[in-house]
Amino acid sequence: MYGGGYIGGEETLQANQDDPIALAEFEARIAAGDKIEPKDWMPADYRKQLVRMIEQHAHSEVIGALPEGTWITRAPGFRRKLALMAKVQDEMGHAQLLYSAAETLGKSREAMINDLINGKSKYSNVFNYPAFTWADVAVIGWLVDGAAIVNQVANSKGSYGPYVRALERICYEESFHLKQGHDNVVFLATGTEMQRTMLQEALNRWWQPLMHFFGPSDTMSVHTEKLMRWKVKMASNDDMRQQFISMYVPKIWELGLTLPDNELKRNPLTGKWAFADPDWNLFFEVIKGNGPLNKERLAVRRTAEERGRWVREALLKADMKYTVPFA
Amino acid sequence: MKIKSLDPRINRIQIDADTENPQAMLHPLENWPTYEVFHQKKRGTHHEHVGVVHATSSELALAFAKEQFARRGETVNLWVVKSEDMMATDYSDADVFATTPEKSFRDPAAYSVKEKIDQWVAKQKNHAG
Repeated sequence: MYGGGYIGGEETLQANQDDPIALAEFEARIAAGDKIEPKDWMPADYRKQLVRMIEQHAHSEVIGALPEGTWITRAPGFRRKLALMAKVQDEMGHAQLLYSAAETLGKSREAMINDLINGKSKYSNVFNYPAFTWADVAVIGWLVDGAAIVNQVANSKGSYGPYVRALERICYEESFHLKQGHDNVVFLATGTEMQRTMLQEALNRWWQPLMHFFGPSDTMSVHTEKLMRWKVKMASNDDMRQQFISMYVPKIWELGLTLPDNELKRNPLTGKWAFADPDWNLFFEVIKGNGPLNKERLAVRRTAEERGRWVREALLKADMKYTVPFA
Repeated sequence: MKIKSLDPRINRIQIDADTENPQAMLHPLENWPTYEVFHQKKRGTHHEHVGVVHATSSELALAFAKEQFARRGETVNLWVVKSEDMMATDYSDADVFATTPEKSFRDPAAYSVKEKIDQWVAKQKNHAG
């Protein structure tokens, strides 16, 4: 459950050179609320941007399992360990659903994994930060998943059938992640002074990455209008950030916790929240690979691929061939 | 140099910190062919297509389908079939399904006899009266 803040790439979209009649039919179908299915005609930019988005989303699920996986062996108590294992398993399942959806657009899963490992494809920036304590796991489960749900619920109303179907299943499963994360947060918030301190410190660490989560303001992108008309992008980064803040900040404050932003305030007239502009230079530095854990995350993934290869190859048979999946 | 992580599992497996060495490039088909998965919620209902798994045999595909599509909620049965064995109509030929007015003889709503029956019954009553 970790889409969000899709990163870059829009500038490489071509001014479209698509067949105008096919394009008009395609746009009419979307305007009528109909879905696009894998073998339909689609504009080159539509395919390109969807592959990029879905692939980035899938990679985020894979990499997102790493900070939480860190805590499986040290989860406090058997029930929390079971819940965390179930959540991490769900995230890997979501990655597989998403890779399959992207495959229907013509990019093989092998090619996507290669692009993750060699750094060509991105994943959500938020997973380049470490989970120092159990409270970080609680905050990830509640707020990172909460932010991702805002994004995924919006995208589940999009126009591409396989992505929409994958997101519906993902959102359903994410609701468990959110609830168990909230449960962990409330347990710490209503606990001892030491537990509250641990939680507050984790919140302080995650707030900036959470503000980065939805990506920079997209009002400047020349492609936003087209991608929204094609229902590839369903909500602006700024709108999703507002929605996230208005849903979660009151719940955080209710527990007597604070957030490291003195400008955070709801305008009672407009209902809009003011907040300090996040450090976007830091955001772009982390995307470039200079975040605290970028290198470790990719090295771990690459090692898993290298060390698992003998199993995959041992099971290959000479007569196997690849067909683009239907889903 | 090895990666030093917060995660004890990562420290145990001794990962090379050199990320410039992309020896992991996957070959085509290394992730195996795909199988389409059909899921039955309860006896008496239809199997429904729910997605895809990558596998090397139908047995393995069923094992993965169980992990992927039957982790929670109701499941009584799963089917898998190789994606390459699927046949489908083309969306661009969807006009073959269009129901034309001439096909109303297939439609139950095209058959309405109540009025005729009522008239006939009324006529019989008049005769009798």
